Amino acid sequence: MRFVDEYRSAADAGKLLAAIRHTLSRPWTLMEICGGQTHTLIKSGIDRMLPQTVTLVHGPGCPVCVTPMEMIDRALVIARRPEVVFTSFGDMLRVPGSETDLLTVKSEGGDVRMVYSPLDAVKLAEANPERQVVFFAVGFETTAPANAMAVWRARELGLENFSILCSHVLVPPAMEAILSSPVNRVQAFLAAGHVCAVMGYHEYEPIAERYRVPIVVTGFEPLDLLQGILMAVTALEEGRWGVENQYARSVTRAGLTPAQQRIAEVFEVVDRPWRGIGEIPASGLRLRPDFAAYDAERRFQVGGITARESPDCIAGEVLQGLKRPQQCPAFARTCTPEHPLGAPMVSSEGACAAYFAYGRA
Amino acid sequence: MSGEAIADLSAGPVCPVPKIEHDTVQLAHGGGGRLTQILIEGLFLDAFRNPALEALHDGAVLSLDGAFRDDTPAGAARLAFSTDSFVIRPLFFPGGNIGSLAVHGTVNDLAMCGARPLALSAAYIVEEGFPMDDLRRIVAAMQAAAQEAGVSIVTGDTKVVDRGKGDGVYVNTAGVGLVPAGVEISPTRARPGDKILVSGALAVHGIAIMSVREGLEFETVLETDSAALNGLVADVLAAAGDAVHVLRDPTRGGVASALNEIAASARLGVRIREAALPVWEDVRGACEILGFDPLYVANEGKCVVVVAPEGAPAALAAMRAHPLGREAVEIGEVVAGPAGRVVMESRIGGERVVDMLSGEQLPRIC
Repeated sequence: MRFVDEYRSAADAGKLLAAIRHTLSRPWTLMEICGGQTHTLIKSGIDRMLPQTVTLVHGPGCPVCVTPMEMIDRALVIARRPEVVFTSFGDMLRVPGSETDLLTVKSEGGDVRMVYSPLDAVKLAEANPERQVVFFAVGFETTAPANAMAVWRARELGLENFSILCSHVLVPPAMEAILSSPVNRVQAFLAAGHVCAVMGYHEYEPIAERYRVPIVVTGFEPLDLLQGILMAVTALEEGRWGVENQYARSVTRAGLTPAQQRIAEVFEVVDRPWRGIGEIPASGLRLRPDFAAYDAERRFQVGGITARESPDCIAGEVLQGLKRPQQCPAFARTCTPEHPLGAPMVSSEGACAAYFAYGRA
Repeated sequence: MSGEAIADLSAGPVCPVPKIEHDTVQLAHGGGGRLTQILIEGLFLDAFRNPALEALHDGAVLSLDGAFRDDTPAGAARLAFSTDSFVIRPLFFPGGNIGSLAVHGTVNDLAMCGARPLALSAAYIVEEGFPMDDLRRIVAAMQAAAQEAGVSIVTGDTKVVDRGKGDGVYVNTAGVGLVPAGVEISPTRARPGDKILVSGALAVHGIAIMSVREGLEFETVLETDSAALNGLVADVLAAAGDAVHVLRDPTRGGVASALNEIAASARLGVRIREAALPVWEDVRGACEILGFDPLYVANEGKCVVVVAPEGAPAALAAMRAHPLGREAVEIGEVVAGPAGRVVMESRIGGERVVDMLSGEQLPRIC
């Protein structure tokens, strides 16, 4: 298949691996930001093909994993209401809140539906004026434009029965949180290609300067990741820092400005708690006051619902790259994808799920 | 709602929110993956336990006096018996409908026991108000499919439920078939070194159904691969005979689940090669977009054949000579171990374990 097979060639992978081996003179620790990248690394076996002196730690870039438990609990309360059609992307449906998950609410009679685009949720609201349609707007900068567009479209249509439960997060503040941690061991980043396709990479330049780290904007196919790793270790070996772009076929420095504008029109930046990590300043998006009418938290008055994570959970350390999934005593024993104890085991982008699914138990 | 997580701290530190047991039936219990396996083994097998059921095959194989005996010689003809219910939405889809699917499903379950299907039953649970024309179309498709497969529908049942208490129509079929003398198909016959063949392109049915469900707009119409495989299986058995050890139709849960079941029953390992998997471009494209792995997507007209190496060329040739097996290929082999584990060599030369599907495949966020 064009644009896919070119990036999965065994011969080219061999060349890149040889180049990585040739470049290395000492051990380095890299973090891939995005859960999609984690999955490619493990699905294609790259983690086992790399020289042992390259350590990959898995970053917090799994939207499902970092959505705070209290937001899931709020979603569950809303989804149980009889007048509500609760819509969500597929992988949020199995994430456990304090007591249960959205699929269980569905099996108990809640009208929970999976959609492929937030604009489909707007269409549902248009077609069902007697129902309240709520969309669970989670994710990083990648999903923010479509979610902003959905709210924009609902206002254009004058829909009074559409709202979003918003739990958006932003990548750069999370990278800063990791870099400024006293226990940080990440020496270079593979930045998330799709986030950068929307936002560009100019906002990473000050981070690279301030912390003197190489940041390589990297794609999601096996060869993308191998090339991104090669670029990162080459910069480290040469003592360079700064932002480089491996994923130039999709990413420009400026990004997609119309998408950025729509995000800025609909959302504003707020402090946001990340599941397993805690509150990170200026790391989230919420609806601007102009669009407050589309805020499901307000409409259904669930903003007061809080939840407390167990202090023993290691999901946070996994998400910050401090620990690997196998270091959790529950991993693959009491915590499996059928009975997830934490979000990283649920999502298709979660590090624990990747380790489990591809046999790294 | 309590904000307290109920963690069992005796096991050491764990993530929050243990949700250990399902008090209600989840959709994934019917998804063909791990939860289905848990339901079958934990509830049904436990309650009904008997040697025929314990084989956990697509159908039961009984001696002609109706009993199951471990020592029934393969030299004698035996009876295969299977049933399947169909609740698919939408009822009509490109290339078929719930009726044709119901006939193919049970015919294939019998064929995967090595049986020649003899006769089927058809049972309908219809919702009050269901259009008679739709029912006619379904029944006509069933008759056409049965005729093509060379079986008769010889008995049946109809129930009508109140409007709102059903979902249009559900169809159940059951079937009996004859396993000819000398044919013995069972996962326990798999041996290290056996070749694993598939009869054609993977994931077609699942993606065809997805493409017509609400919310997905595809540029091309993909037709289901739903078909009766008894003719193809008969050709393979005629060509490779006793070398054919295991047959499976990888329906729900896809080829990954079928291979895991074979590996688990045989207590052997399976190795497959990603580059060898036959997947059409449009199906691959849809899977890439949705974040689905074609190995886990349903097929309704494909079979997995595990065959001794000396019989593999003849089996492959017989499949390719059949209209339903033109794209048949070898995708891997049975290995000594690790037992119960399916390992795939990735396109770029890495390795990963291909586990049972857990829960349903859910489209990803981004």
